[in-house]
Amino acid sequence: MATEATERPAPDSPPPAGGVTAPGRAAIRERHLRTDRWWLAPAATAAGLLAFVIYSTWRAFANTDYYAAPYVSPFYSPCLAENCEPMKGGPNFDLLGGWWGLSPAIIILIFPLGFRLTCYYYRKAYYRGFWASPPACAVAEPHKKYSGETRFPLVLQNIHRYFFYAAVLVALILTWDTVLAFRNSDYEWGHMGLGTLVFLANIVLIWAYTLSCHSCRHIVGGRLKHFSKHPVRYKLWGWVGKLNERHMFLAWASLISVAAADFYVYLVASGAFDDPTLF
Amino acid sequence: MTTAATGYIAKFKVWRGDTEGGALEDFEVEVNEGEVVLDIIHRLQATQAPDLAVRWNCKAGKCGSCSAEINGRPRLLCMTRMSVFTREETITVTPLRAFPIVRDLVTNVGFNYQKAREVPSFVPPQDLGPGEYRMMQEDVNRSQEFRKCIECFLCQDTCHVVRDHEDNKEAFAGPRFLMRVAELDMHPLDDAAEQGLDRKATAQEEHGLGYCNITKCCSEVCPEGIKITDNALIPLKERAVDRKYDPLVWLGNKIMRRGQDT
Amino acid sequence: MTHVERQQWDVVVVGAGGAGLRAAIEAREQGLRTAVICKSLFGKAHTVMAEGGIAASMGNVNSGDNWQVHFRDTMRGGKFLNHWRMAELHAKEAPDRVWELETWGALFDRTKDGKISQRNFGGHEYPRLAHVGDRTGLELIRTLQQKIVSLQQEDFKETGDYEAKLKVFQEVTVTRVLKDDSGKVSGVFCYERESGRFCVIEAPSVVLATGGIGKSFKVTSNSWEYTGDGHALALLAGASLINMEFVQFHPTGMVWPPSVKGILVTESVRGDGGVLRNSEGKRFMFDYIPDVFKEKYAQTEEEGDRWYKDPDNNRRPPELLPRDEVARAINSEVKAGRGSPHGGVFLDVSTRMPAEEIKRRLPSMHHQFKELADVDITAEAMEVGPTCHYVMGGVDVEPDTAAAVGVPGLFAAGEVAGGMHGSNRLGGNSLSDLLVFGRRAGLHAAKYAAELGDSRPVVNEDEIATASAEALRPFSAEPSDEDGARPPENPYTIHQELQQAMNDLVGIIRREPEMNEALQRLGELRGRARRAGVEGHRQFNPGWHLAIDLRNMLLVSECVARAARERTESRGGHTRDDFPGMDRDWRKSNLVCRLSDPSGGLAATDPERGQIRLEKREMPPIRPDLLDLFEKDELVKYLTDEELTAE
Repeated sequence: MATEATERPAPDSPPPAGGVTAPGRAAIRERHLRTDRWWLAPAATAAGLLAFVIYSTWRAFANTDYYAAPYVSPFYSPCLAENCEPMKGGPNFDLLGGWWGLSPAIIILIFPLGFRLTCYYYRKAYYRGFWASPPACAVAEPHKKYSGETRFPLVLQNIHRYFFYAAVLVALILTWDTVLAFRNSDYEWGHMGLGTLVFLANIVLIWAYTLSCHSCRHIVGGRLKHFSKHPVRYKLWGWVGKLNERHMFLAWASLISVAAADFYVYLVASGAFDDPTLF
Repeated sequence: MTTAATGYIAKFKVWRGDTEGGALEDFEVEVNEGEVVLDIIHRLQATQAPDLAVRWNCKAGKCGSCSAEINGRPRLLCMTRMSVFTREETITVTPLRAFPIVRDLVTNVGFNYQKAREVPSFVPPQDLGPGEYRMMQEDVNRSQEFRKCIECFLCQDTCHVVRDHEDNKEAFAGPRFLMRVAELDMHPLDDAAEQGLDRKATAQEEHGLGYCNITKCCSEVCPEGIKITDNALIPLKERAVDRKYDPLVWLGNKIMRRGQDT
Repeated sequence: MTHVERQQWDVVVVGAGGAGLRAAIEAREQGLRTAVICKSLFGKAHTVMAEGGIAASMGNVNSGDNWQVHFRDTMRGGKFLNHWRMAELHAKEAPDRVWELETWGALFDRTKDGKISQRNFGGHEYPRLAHVGDRTGLELIRTLQQKIVSLQQEDFKETGDYEAKLKVFQEVTVTRVLKDDSGKVSGVFCYERESGRFCVIEAPSVVLATGGIGKSFKVTSNSWEYTGDGHALALLAGASLINMEFVQFHPTGMVWPPSVKGILVTESVRGDGGVLRNSEGKRFMFDYIPDVFKEKYAQTEEEGDRWYKDPDNNRRPPELLPRDEVARAINSEVKAGRGSPHGGVFLDVSTRMPAEEIKRRLPSMHHQFKELADVDITAEAMEVGPTCHYVMGGVDVEPDTAAAVGVPGLFAAGEVAGGMHGSNRLGGNSLSDLLVFGRRAGLHAAKYAAELGDSRPVVNEDEIATASAEALRPFSAEPSDEDGARPPENPYTIHQELQQAMNDLVGIIRREPEMNEALQRLGELRGRARRAGVEGHRQFNPGWHLAIDLRNMLLVSECVARAARERTESRGGHTRDDFPGMDRDWRKSNLVCRLSDPSGGLAATDPERGQIRLEKREMPPIRPDLLDLFEKDELVKYLTDEELTAE
């Protein structure tokens, strides 16, 4: 997977490594001179991401309390193994058969997880928050060497658009799950509960986040040289661009909403809470 | 708008020195209402340190000469108003820390001019003469945004790829010049592809696009508010993917006409 | 003696703004090895500050436009003092120069059918200014810069050296144009700002493209570089300057806060619909339409407003009068006590356009006011007042070749050249001037150098020694009084006093006694400037740089003051309180400035005598076919009866 860029021959004697204290630069010993609370943003980002990772790991491996008719947790949809709970009209697609013994969430979560892991926003967030590369602007990073996304494994970030395609499929299924949420627990249509609202909010945010993706912006129109020859795609590109400006916000909002939807199902399924019926 | 023109004395630390070394020097200097940091540096020159070296030209944020770091953040001296600081605060001014020092606040920004030369220029279409160019506004909007760049090189200074790793300077063009590649690749009449120059591929192969980890510091410091990362670097990365990592697009190009740009 | 590095080139261009870069491109394309010298970094020249656009009668927006109309507008704007041949060449060649920029990658704003869009501007009959939002100068400089890089890439492919045929010497200041014993140009003497080292660039052709003189005035839109270097270099080399009394005060500069006073507010604000109001809320420009323009401008607000939508059936609003008229009107309003709180008037777009449109059409103005004055121009009016912007006067040149009269091998283009704009420059005509005459200067400088072949002028060693001594004087400045008790003069102080004197005494409205006083003060300052001393060493020392620049500012300031005192009429950028009318007899006269001691002695120790000799010179009569472009009724306002009957 290595690119030509990484195969560039090394200069005969590598120049001295080092950053702001490299020879030739202004002799300032401090690694940075920022006086504001620059550490706050990366710390908060790291904390938020960590919280989600812990929560989602617990829920994904739990393999329980993910279905409370008519609601299915977005972590378990679509359910691709035989060991799934039967969900009437719901996303049971037994592709893997009976040999899969672990939680079925793990199979499907790879896709949204991959989408978010390779997302241009989340990349920024975890490169800064976890990797400190850089921790904040004009704050020296602690690493001696840096090759960015030029070589394995980070060069794999370039497959983001395939995760986007997958994410669209997942979002379609979650949309169907939301439609199914307009039933009551007896599978009768034309009803809504509080959960339906939670699902609606979640699916709107999931779609907004998915469509605001930079790869999506590229695919719908960004790759064109002449917008004037493709007026429809230009319009679409403009709309996606508007969403794209809020990519960070949507990334967090949909992350929280998906966890909230799952948690809601957990509460109802585990009996801790009764889904209030609206009509 | 306020009119109370009350001056006060501010505490400044200004880095003074050259290639041999240097240090932050303390100054106490008068500040009047409405002033920017460059005014204060000029006052220091006129009253306390006549040989204090600083680059500046237009003093209106249009030429991009007076780039420096104020309280550790890369900024234009002429566009940083004193009113963003409290009166008690000590304001630290240093030269750009990603480039070799010349003297005081002046650095050698030759790196940027060298990188500028490495980006192949606009390739005019062979079949059009002067006066025959027709381009639609929607087709030039994207490149026009990038051409707002005043070449202050704050993005080049803040980018950790070269700021923190001197050894990456050879391989990496920096945000300003990757944006230049994007500008030309999006130029509606650039004929490079027809003449055998694939800017999408060379962005990565020649100019080090892969080093960018889109942490957006370039966009944060841009005094022109250009969305360097979202509108130039990421779209360029996606275009590089079209060329190098996306078999579907590759196949599509094989079946359709080769290398077609629409 | 100090070590001086020497290099040989074919053509040296001093200045890397629009004119300099265009000249360099042309000279290099003629096959000559060309060096560009600039005081700042490459790409930072003052041209980036130009906002409105490039005037060129391409007729993309109104097909009625052509070079004849542009020529007429230019002559009217300059009150017929323009050198007609320059105005003619300019109007004819401007469209080609703009189109050429597109082939180098420039991206102008577009019309609906994909052509270069053109906007209205003061004094231009049709929408004529090719533009990119309000950052046209930046686009121009970047395009030329990138064209230079592209030529260097070609040279690199061929020779392996980017700088084999075209090199930019950044942050280098020229202090003298050198000549051989026969009076031909032989090169330039300069110092590197960074290291303080001296260098001599030997070349038979030198193109001056150094811009203007605004830094001699206190309130100015010009950057520090505008110290009149080219004007002074030409004088010192034996060339002459014309029209130096004509200094354009742009009507709309920022007036608040004090630290940004003078920074330009583009004329596009008015071209796109902005209006001027006084403290009583009145659109006062309707009261200031001079007789010569009565038929061309709207008499009511309603008509003026209709013009933006329907220019064919309405006359334009008087906010779009030539700059000198608007600047004087603002000055009068403020003097009459109807000014804004900070001593300007109000310029308002906020009530004329939706906020979104303002942000799209005037992005850098929006940004500038937001960042520097904390004013949101989409919600409130700007406060503006006149600011020193441009000098119409400059080196006396041959119109076709841009060659400086009297000094073989010396050329001048752009703001440093005189004649093109007469007594007042129209907005947008500057960028086109840079391109048209930049190219011509480069072309003819190249031809001249090529024709010389191997018989090139030889650099005179004595001149080098004198020039080094002159440049080094501030390091060993004499004490500022007889017994040596007081330290040398502070160059910053002298500069501030010079700016104050020019601003107060030779500013927008002039009176004879004040100009006498100005000359008196200039004499004193000249004496003190000789004793200006600096601390530290030669490496990037701004105090030293200023001490050297003072010589140039004092020279050109004296030209301005002397010529202004001599011209006993008001015309364009020269307004005399004691001679308020335009005088047809003065129309055909240029005032020519020369160094009074042409031996090149570093003279001027005597504050009374001065350094400048002034001479009145007849202008060549306007070619009849060009005169025929005007109505007789209009010509009688400008030309004398003899000139009219001579036709």
